[in-house]
Amino acid sequence: MNKPIIGILGAGKLGTTLAKLSTKAGYKTLIASSKSATQIQLTISVLAPKAIALNATELKHQADIIILALPLGKYRSIEKDNLQKKIILDAMNYWWEVDGNNNIYSTKKHSSSELIQQYLPESTVIKALNHMSYHDLQEEAGQGKDGKRKSIILAGDDQTAILTAAQIVTDFGFDPLVLNSLSQGKILEPGSPLFGADDTKENLRKIVVQELKKLT
Amino acid sequence: MPDNDQLVFGLDTFGDVPDDPSTDTPVSYAAALQQIIKEAQLADDLGIDVIALGEHHRLEYAISSPDIMLSAIASVTKKIKLSTGVTVLSSDDPVRVYERFATLDNISNGRAQIMLGRGSFTESFPLFGYHLEDYDALFEEKIALFSKLRESGSINWQGHFTQDLKNQEIYPKINGHQLETYVGVGGTPDSIIRAAYYGFPVILAIIGGDPERFKPYVELYQKATVQFKQPQQPLGMHSHGVIAETDEKAHNIAWNYLRRSMDRIGNDRGWAPMNKERFDFEVARGAYYVGTPEHVAHKIAQKMTKVGVKRFDFIYGAGGQYSTLREKTIELYATKVVPRVKELIKTGEYSYE
Repeated sequence: MNKPIIGILGAGKLGTTLAKLSTKAGYKTLIASSKSATQIQLTISVLAPKAIALNATELKHQADIIILALPLGKYRSIEKDNLQKKIILDAMNYWWEVDGNNNIYSTKKHSSSELIQQYLPESTVIKALNHMSYHDLQEEAGQGKDGKRKSIILAGDDQTAILTAAQIVTDFGFDPLVLNSLSQGKILEPGSPLFGADDTKENLRKIVVQELKKLT
Repeated sequence: MPDNDQLVFGLDTFGDVPDDPSTDTPVSYAAALQQIIKEAQLADDLGIDVIALGEHHRLEYAISSPDIMLSAIASVTKKIKLSTGVTVLSSDDPVRVYERFATLDNISNGRAQIMLGRGSFTESFPLFGYHLEDYDALFEEKIALFSKLRESGSINWQGHFTQDLKNQEIYPKINGHQLETYVGVGGTPDSIIRAAYYGFPVILAIIGGDPERFKPYVELYQKATVQFKQPQQPLGMHSHGVIAETDEKAHNIAWNYLRRSMDRIGNDRGWAPMNKERFDFEVARGAYYVGTPEHVAHKIAQKMTKVGVKRFDFIYGAGGQYSTLREKTIELYATKVVPRVKELIKTGEYSYE
């Protein structure tokens, strides 16, 4: 099967890092931000030269899989057309320094990815690539900085979509570790020991077990 | 601005309050601030090029008004450049900031420098009545105004977050040169482009991870300055470190203080604490410069060359390090590390790891 086309919304630190990993893994990769394609062209030509800078509308039209890498506080700026029936990998986090002091995105029980799923009811949202910092993502891809492959934890409700996401994460150079539901993705958010985690699947699994216990 | 081939070495502090060795509790803010003036004097005596002070509004840091500190330092030093790292322009009035630094420049015979930034801390926003949601827009507008103020002529300006100005002169004037202005960048590509647009040189704030991942940002800056027809300016970097007589001693100090200070900041941001593995990575191949003068010199020489920068600012004294330890780092940096880095970069014989 041909590899799906990946479209990344957001061309900041995280978006450009993911674009580099994606092109390196052999995916056709598109990237867009709130600025025009021309305005981000220079940045993309240096930081992820094989990715294609587009505007968001064109990106959504062409891409099979969408990765959200924009500030969470701007999620309502995502226009919903051309996202129906597509898999959305949500890499966004509530970050008070950018999104404001008032966390209106997640609660004690619900993750911000569930809010995104509500916002995009006709798409399939998977929480992915949110817990590792952008510089670790770059340095740990493949055989990481200590020669060990690190893990990315995924959370979602749709098993087919999870398999696709797991394949992408594997191709990017990480071992996927899959949680049972999108709501369990709560344990990957700021404040959890898993937020910022940069470790092997084996080690992360132990922390996941402990953190899931706290949820119930 | 420094000559393109000239290497520049600075010392930076966030204004950490040291612990008192007899009680292991923080000294008074008065003692902490006076200690920094003493350290800047030491740095000047030992020939360091720049002292850069951070602006923070937090319990563990004594400096919220770096320009006042710098003017005190100006009066007891001779050659050292007086800089910030960074001035949080977003939550300040660019006109007042410019006036204060023009004053500093005049009283110090042109030694003032300013490093503008969005800041990695955000306490100043609610403190001065700004909204975090405007984080980016505030900086964008204020750096545009600051760039005009720097030209030192009569200003016409229409602002959204800032005041309107009509044929306005700003005093005191700086004669014969413009205020030396840098931008501190943490890794947002747009910040690099913005600095290039205004022709301001960039200092990369590399506080974690392999410094070499910043190399593409140097390329991005250079390409952007060409596109905007601005002069090519050398870039710099600043990073944390501890220097002591033995590696073991330096590692222990860094583990006890630098790590603790990082964890305290990380905790506010929802990050898990730093484990030994991560710390060791930062020391070995990441962003911390910790060890004997010889080891630190090799690492600085290697990273400056690989990243492609001409200025290195060493952030000393993170956490509650005792004054004596801070002064030791400064002394070893100035007398041993800096001359050795210059030599190693010249010969290319650095080897680290």
